[in-house]
Amino acid sequence: MRHLDRQVDPEHSHPLEPYLRMDRIPHIWCSTCGLGTVVNAFLTAVKASGIPREKIAVVSGIGCTGRAAGYVNFDSFHTTHGRAIPFATGLKLANPDLTVIVISGDGDLVAIGGNHLIHAARRNMDINILCVNNFNYAMTGGQFGPTTPKTARTTTTPYGSFEHPFNVPFLVDSCGATYVARWTALHVRHVTTAIQEALTRRGFSFIEVISPCPTVYARRNRLGSGLDLLQFYRDNSIIKNGVDTRECDIRFQEELIVGKFVDVEKPTYLDTMSEYLRESVGERYMPYVGPMQPPQPDNGD
Amino acid sequence: MAANELTNPLLTGAHYWDGDFACAEGAIAAGCRFLAGYPITPSTEIAERMAERFPLVGGTYIQMEDELASMAAVLGAAWGGARAMTVTSGPGFSLMQENIGLGVMTETPCVVVNVQRGGPSTGLPTLTGQQDMMQARWGSHGDYEIIALCPSSPQECFDLVIRAFNLSERYRLPVMFMMDECIGHMTEKVVVPRPGKIHVSQRRWYRGKKEHYKPYLPGKDGVPPMVRAGDDFRFHITGLTHDERGYPVINAACQKTCVSRLVNKIKDNTDQIAILEEEGTEDADVVVVSYGISSRVATRAIALARARGIKVGSLRLVTVWPFPENRIRELARKAKCMVMPEINMGQVYLELERIAGTLCKTTLLPHCGGWVHDPQDILEAIVQGAK
Amino acid sequence: MKFWRKPLDADLVKPPHGRVHILINRCKGCGFCIKYCPRNVLEFSEEFNRKGYHPPLVVRPDDCVNCGLCEVMCPEFAVWVTPDEDKKLNQEPVSGGKRTN
Repeated sequence: MRHLDRQVDPEHSHPLEPYLRMDRIPHIWCSTCGLGTVVNAFLTAVKASGIPREKIAVVSGIGCTGRAAGYVNFDSFHTTHGRAIPFATGLKLANPDLTVIVISGDGDLVAIGGNHLIHAARRNMDINILCVNNFNYAMTGGQFGPTTPKTARTTTTPYGSFEHPFNVPFLVDSCGATYVARWTALHVRHVTTAIQEALTRRGFSFIEVISPCPTVYARRNRLGSGLDLLQFYRDNSIIKNGVDTRECDIRFQEELIVGKFVDVEKPTYLDTMSEYLRESVGERYMPYVGPMQPPQPDNGD
Repeated sequence: MAANELTNPLLTGAHYWDGDFACAEGAIAAGCRFLAGYPITPSTEIAERMAERFPLVGGTYIQMEDELASMAAVLGAAWGGARAMTVTSGPGFSLMQENIGLGVMTETPCVVVNVQRGGPSTGLPTLTGQQDMMQARWGSHGDYEIIALCPSSPQECFDLVIRAFNLSERYRLPVMFMMDECIGHMTEKVVVPRPGKIHVSQRRWYRGKKEHYKPYLPGKDGVPPMVRAGDDFRFHITGLTHDERGYPVINAACQKTCVSRLVNKIKDNTDQIAILEEEGTEDADVVVVSYGISSRVATRAIALARARGIKVGSLRLVTVWPFPENRIRELARKAKCMVMPEINMGQVYLELERIAGTLCKTTLLPHCGGWVHDPQDILEAIVQGAK
Repeated sequence: MKFWRKPLDADLVKPPHGRVHILINRCKGCGFCIKYCPRNVLEFSEEFNRKGYHPPLVVRPDDCVNCGLCEVMCPEFAVWVTPDEDKKLNQEPVSGGKRTN
C-alpha cells in the first residue's frame, strides 16, 4: 500500500481558504457528512455577496453543526445550547452594522432553542438562520429530536420514534418569518443562492438544509452512507417554490419538498422600533447611540 | 423635574427615589445603553424605568421571551460593543445561570441585577430575602470566582451599580448586583452628582496589532484586553475549554491553564476588589458582619448595644464576593465574637464561620425571609457575644 | 452529453475548459465530487491517501468544463477548479491511476 504524498497542482490553494481558519482544518465532521458541504456553500455565498468580512458575525450553538463557527474566519461565537439566536439578537442590536448569521442544528434551534426561534421570527429580527437538519442529535451519539421523522430509529427511540415531528418551515412561517426556504446538501447551488439572498436582504431569514448524517442517523436506520442519502435526496426531492409551508411535512424516507417558500418584505425589528418610538416619543427621541468605540490605534499607545 | 430633563443621562440633583429607580439611573449614568430583561417582581421597576429612559438617552431596551434569552442577549450585546445589563429576581436568576457561566468562561463584561426575594421556587414574590447569596457565588456549574455587590440604600444602588460596571470591565466578567426587595422598594434621598464627579471606567480595549491579537492572552493582572465584533479581528470565542487563541482544546492541561486563570484573576485580587465599610472595629469585643438590608437593621441594634456600654463594631460587606478573608481573619483575632444577621438560613455565614470560627466565637442570626430582623434579636446576640 | 442534433452555433461557442486541483491528503473519500461531476471527470483512485481514504483521480481531464460543482460540494475543501483554455494535456496523472481519453 503506497501513500500518495505528491499533490496535484500544489501551487494554488483552495479559493475559500482565506475564509477558513486553516489552523483548524481538517474539521471534525465525518466522511460523507453534509456539514462540510453546507459550510462550503455558506462561504461561497459570503464571498459572492461582497459583504466586507469584518461585518460578518457567525453565532452557533452546540452540536455538530454548532462547530461550524469554529472553522469560519469571521468573528464567531460558539455559545450555549439553544441560545445562539438570543445571543445573535443582542449582537445585532448592539451593532446594527453587523450581518449576523446563526449556523446551528435542528436540535439546537428547534428543540431547546425553539422558543427563541419563534420570537425572533415574530419580531422579524434582522438575523439569518442557517438550520442544518440531520434529523437527530448527532454530536451526542444520535438521539432523536423534534425533527426526527416517525418510525426512525435513534438511540433514544430504539423501537422507532412515535412522536410527530415539527414541520420547521411551517413553524417559522406561522410566526411571521419573511424568508423561508428548505434545500438539501445536494442542492448546493440553491443553498448558495439562498444564503446569498438571505445575507443581502433585510429581516429574518430561515434556511433549512437537510443534510446526511452517515455515522449515526443513516447507520441506525440502514440508509447507507451520506452519498447514498444524497442520492435519496436526488431521487425524492421535489422543488416547489412558493408552496404553502403546511404541505412540507417530512415523513421517514418519503418525498421531500424543497424550495423557497416565503420571500416577503416587512419592516425589521429595528426599523419598526425606531419609527414607532420616533412617532410616539416625539422630538425627545434619541436613537440608539451605537456600540462603544475602541480608541484608534494611532491615538492609543 | 421638568420633562426635558429626562433626556439627560445624568439627573444631577437631590431626588426621592426607591432603590430600583436609583439602580436604573445609576446604570444609565454608568453608560449602560442595552438592557435585555424579563419582568419579575421585585425587579420590574428597574426594567420599566430603563424602558422609559432609553429612548430618550439613546439606549436599546428589549424584553426577551425569557431569562435565558435575556442573559444570552446581554452577552451578545457586550460582544457587539455595548455596555449591557439585565435585571431579575430569584427564579429568573436560576434560569440565567448557564449563560452566566458562559459569560464567566468567555470573560464578557456585563452586570446582572438580582433583586432578591423570598424563596425557594416562587416563594414570596413581593417580600424580601437574601437567599441567593450562595447562588451568586456558585450558581453556574464548574469552578469559577465571581464578584457580587450588595447595596444597602437607594443612594448606594445608584453609586454601587456604577462601580459594578467598572469592576465588570476591569476584570472582564459578569458582576452580580445583589439587591433585595426591601432596598429595591425603599424610598430615600438619592443625590446624583454633577458630570465629571462620576468615575466610569473605559472598556479595556486591545491596543496592539491585529495580527498579534489573541483573545485570551492575559495581561500582567491575569485579565486579557477586549475587542468587539466588526473590527476585523475575526476572533473566535467558545464556552468550551479554550487556549489563548480562543480555540477549544479538550484536555486536562488546557483546563488547568484556562480555569486557574479565571479563578485567580479574582482570587489574587480580592483585597483590591473588596469594598468594606467598617465602623468602631478597632477595639470591638463584638463585630457585627452584615450586608444589604440587614446592615440597616444592624445599625439600630449596634446603637442600642453601645448605649449599654458594649464595645461593638460593624463590618458591612459591600462586596460579598470575593469574600474578604484577610480582613475577617484580622478582626477575628481581636474580637470575642462575630455576629452575622442574614435573611436566609445561613449562607454567607458559612464563609464567616470557616474563616473566623477557629479564632473567635461566631453567631448566625438566620431569618427565613419575608421581613427583616427585629433589632432586639440582633441586640441579644451582641450581648451574648460580649460575655 | 448527447445531443439529438448538433447545435447550430457549435462552431461559434466554445465550452469553457477547467483544470481540477485535488489536495489528496485533505480528502476524506466521500465521493460527492466523483458522483456528481456532470462530465464524469473524476473517479476513485485505487491508491490510499495518508488518511486511509481513496481520493479522486482526474481520469477525463479534457471533459472538465469548469462548472465548479466539485469545488462547492467538497466537504473538505480539497477540490477546486481553475479555468484552463489550453486544451493540451498538461498534467501528469497521479501514479497508479487509470487514464482514458
